[in-house]
Amino acid sequence: MDFETIIGLELHAQVLTHSKMYCGCSASYSDAPPNTHVCPVCLGLPGVLPVINRAAVEKTVMTGIALNCSIPRYNKFDRKNYMYPDLMKGYQVSQYDLPIAVNGYVDVDVNGREVRVGITRVHLEEDTARLTHRSGVDGERSLVDVNRSGVPLMEIVSEPDMHSPEEAREFLIAVRRILRYIGASSGNMEEGAFRCDANVSQRSTDGSIIGPKVEIKNMNSFRSVERALEYEVARQRAALRNGETLVQETRGWLEDRAITVGQRSKEYAHDYRYFPEPDLPPVLLDEGFLAAVESRMPELPRVRQRRLREQYGLSHADAALLADEKAVADYYEAAVTAAGGHAREIAHWVTGELFAIARNRSELGEVGIPPTSLAEIVSMVVAGEVNALTGKELLTTLAGSDVSPRAYVAQHGLAQVRDADAVREVVLEVLAANPDAVADYRSGKKAAIGYLIGQGMRRMKGAGNPDALRRTMTDILDNDSSS
Amino acid sequence: MTHIGATTEMVVPVDLSLAEARRLLDKRELSAVELAEAHIARIEQVEPVVQAFITPMFEQAREMAAAADETIAAGEARPMTGIPVGLKDIFCTVDAPTTAASKILAGYRSPYDGTVVERLRADKAVFVGKLNTDEFAMGSSTENSAFFTTRNPWDPTRVPGGSSGGSAAAVAAGQAIATLGSDTGGSIRQPAGFCGVVGLKPTYGRVSRFGLIAFASSLDQIGPFTRSVEDCAMILGAIAGHDPRDSTSAPLPVPDYAAGLTGSVRGMRIGIAREFSAVEGMEPGVQAACEAAYETFAKLGATLVPVELPYSKYALPTYYITAPAEASANLARYDGVKYGLSSEAETLLETYLRTRGEGFGPEVKRRIMLGTYSLASGYYDAYYVKAQKVRTLIKRDFDRAFEQVDVILAPTSPTVAFPIGARTDDPLQMYLADIFTIPANMAGLPGIAIPCGFSDGLPVSLQIIGRAFDEATVLRAAHAYEQASGWHTYRPDIARLVAR
Ligand SMILES: [Zn+2]
Repeated sequence: MDFETIIGLELHAQVLTHSKMYCGCSASYSDAPPNTHVCPVCLGLPGVLPVINRAAVEKTVMTGIALNCSIPRYNKFDRKNYMYPDLMKGYQVSQYDLPIAVNGYVDVDVNGREVRVGITRVHLEEDTARLTHRSGVDGERSLVDVNRSGVPLMEIVSEPDMHSPEEAREFLIAVRRILRYIGASSGNMEEGAFRCDANVSQRSTDGSIIGPKVEIKNMNSFRSVERALEYEVARQRAALRNGETLVQETRGWLEDRAITVGQRSKEYAHDYRYFPEPDLPPVLLDEGFLAAVESRMPELPRVRQRRLREQYGLSHADAALLADEKAVADYYEAAVTAAGGHAREIAHWVTGELFAIARNRSELGEVGIPPTSLAEIVSMVVAGEVNALTGKELLTTLAGSDVSPRAYVAQHGLAQVRDADAVREVVLEVLAANPDAVADYRSGKKAAIGYLIGQGMRRMKGAGNPDALRRTMTDILDNDSSS
Repeated sequence: MTHIGATTEMVVPVDLSLAEARRLLDKRELSAVELAEAHIARIEQVEPVVQAFITPMFEQAREMAAAADETIAAGEARPMTGIPVGLKDIFCTVDAPTTAASKILAGYRSPYDGTVVERLRADKAVFVGKLNTDEFAMGSSTENSAFFTTRNPWDPTRVPGGSSGGSAAAVAAGQAIATLGSDTGGSIRQPAGFCGVVGLKPTYGRVSRFGLIAFASSLDQIGPFTRSVEDCAMILGAIAGHDPRDSTSAPLPVPDYAAGLTGSVRGMRIGIAREFSAVEGMEPGVQAACEAAYETFAKLGATLVPVELPYSKYALPTYYITAPAEASANLARYDGVKYGLSSEAETLLETYLRTRGEGFGPEVKRRIMLGTYSLASGYYDAYYVKAQKVRTLIKRDFDRAFEQVDVILAPTSPTVAFPIGARTDDPLQMYLADIFTIPANMAGLPGIAIPCGFSDGLPVSLQIIGRAFDEATVLRAAHAYEQASGWHTYRPDIARLVAR
């Protein structure tokens, strides 16, 4: 019997704002010592009241627009009640029946196929404190770090529109790319700023069997999302084929053992007793606000990728690489503009040389080569004023300095010597100084020419053109046996 | 009872109104230190009987009074500078414990001052102590305080009302010139009435709730207790106004309330609602005093207009769905993990159960259970959602009535102060004490309680309810009545009280 896989994802993304969701504490806590980004409000002390972070609402509205959602003019906050030591107030201020964004979709490329995944809703809530469990001489202890408590958190719920682990992974990557493009979230899964839970079930293609929905948690990277889903799909299909009963449950992915295991089943379903948060008036988004947010929307990844292809004649692969991160695409276009052309060459330099140097593709700026410098370097290489090797060396030499590549080349005499007489003079010197290599070459060991070209480049202190050297050398060696 | 007549010659600091004290302080005929010492002496004298204070703040009061004198000497006095003020022990303060009269917060120190406390501190008011209340403001008598029951200065065998019973008793017994309380279903007006003082619940949103330990967030409102309407206007001006830390506080200007007290109600249209008279358990003495008060308004030139508030009879049940629901969430933070009482146990669940089992009193537990139940899936629509719909209808009643009238009169409570212990075994009977005050909370409207006579030697109180954010008209009507009737000049007999 054949089965179809049905997957829906529930994503949580920390919203990139200066302050927390309901207080003025700094929301960037990753390098901070425990419990240093706290105040009475995010500690949930007696008597405190929340105040909505406007920037978080704006970024969630931007997310809704980017995910093709409709943005109701009216949204509100609700209390979600449950007690746990990571929840300072005993309830989470979240959004229940009137979220910020509803009914959207994302188009995802999966192996050249376009898959449309529906977005049910996007709402705003607060993150919880972080618990760490330790055992020591004094027994088991749980420590609470309240820095994360109250950090704005966006929940994005998809429709069950994905039919393979690969589609789920591509959807996840596409959403992350969009969030990073609009500056709504860092999308960093390893640091926990971007989290993914999945609902997976099976349906027989003849419709006779509909398996129960299983929720998978604890997937901490894109790779583990795909692996966990692959495992789960196989597990569910095997069970259904063997006539075993599958139960609706929550399973955790164990990365090191590469399996999912059932989590302790709850004795009763959670009743969160949602009710409207009386400390926060409903949020009314007027036309002016929405228009202002719309006007700040950047070009989104898929549109930009297409434009890069069409406007600069780039290959699909190059356009995809460049459009993956907004910072890279911005850098690329700035360099092309500065160079006044050479779009394809600059694309190769960015995806080749710069990506090789940069620690992180999203941090091209940190390489210390402004796009104007790259534009000069590529222009000089294309015009034959310097050779490609010199161009690459300039990238590392000039990183972090404010010297223009053109000025540096002039100052250090690095301009490619293309004068045929000068090249011939150097070649003759090299051949005279290296009779053994010349003899090797003539006796058939043609590889010896590489050594001789290297010697020539050394004599010309980088201003040499290896092609010109090779041409002149073979010319002399092959035709002028007298020397 | 003592009648403080206008002809009193000698200055007795503990009998002064806020306005009189202000005048004497500004003329340097009385120092803030003298005023504070007089109140400290009075507290020491009557406290063994009255028991209004959970935490006296005598040392802080002396320092604050000395600082206030410097401010007055520098010519920078504000209306509350140097005035002895007591705070219901549900206001967060950095310099004294904040307990909400609960074991679960016994000894708890807030690291911050609430907004009203901050404003009064900035104005150099003098804090004399933290006052008793029903636990987490849940009750009508202070009998639900985890520590002790405050006694009514008019008759110490009777309750002072509640929940802000300590705040009401302290003003009645001359332990402070003014106090602050909070009113969720009548917790300022009802005790003010029982203790024969003035108590105002401002419009929801008029005074910031930041730093007020929450009971029911959509209903809680902070307000003052004083000996006169003018005093009430003065302190309201000091604490009212928008606060960016409270999103439900209104960004509206605060009028000069004291300047608006013209002494006249001539031409004012005053509503009398049938729903606020013939209720079961209404005492004839209360009914008579209130009806006499209505007549006084007519004699002063106001027009009495019958109005209808048909949905008001549902205010009490609606309140007992809404307030416990919100309370069940507001009190979830007291879990023994972060602050306050923490009972040792083996597991997390045990810690929760033991801490909350030992830390909360029976009425608080009852309301947490009620609220949890009415929010539970399967019951939410039938209880919570329905209550919110009724709340809208109650509001609509008032909106319609206020198209015809400027204020509405009602008794504050159906009875005078009842004996201690008389209602502790019957929660429903206790809940009825707030039957006339709850409608204003459900509609978010301002209401003031002012003395309007006596029944069996105990104070009777008149309630004046106004339009949202129109405290000015409420105060003007109350002031005119007070000046004409003089009921506010009667004080309990302190000598007899302490001689017992
Ligand atoms: Zn904070």
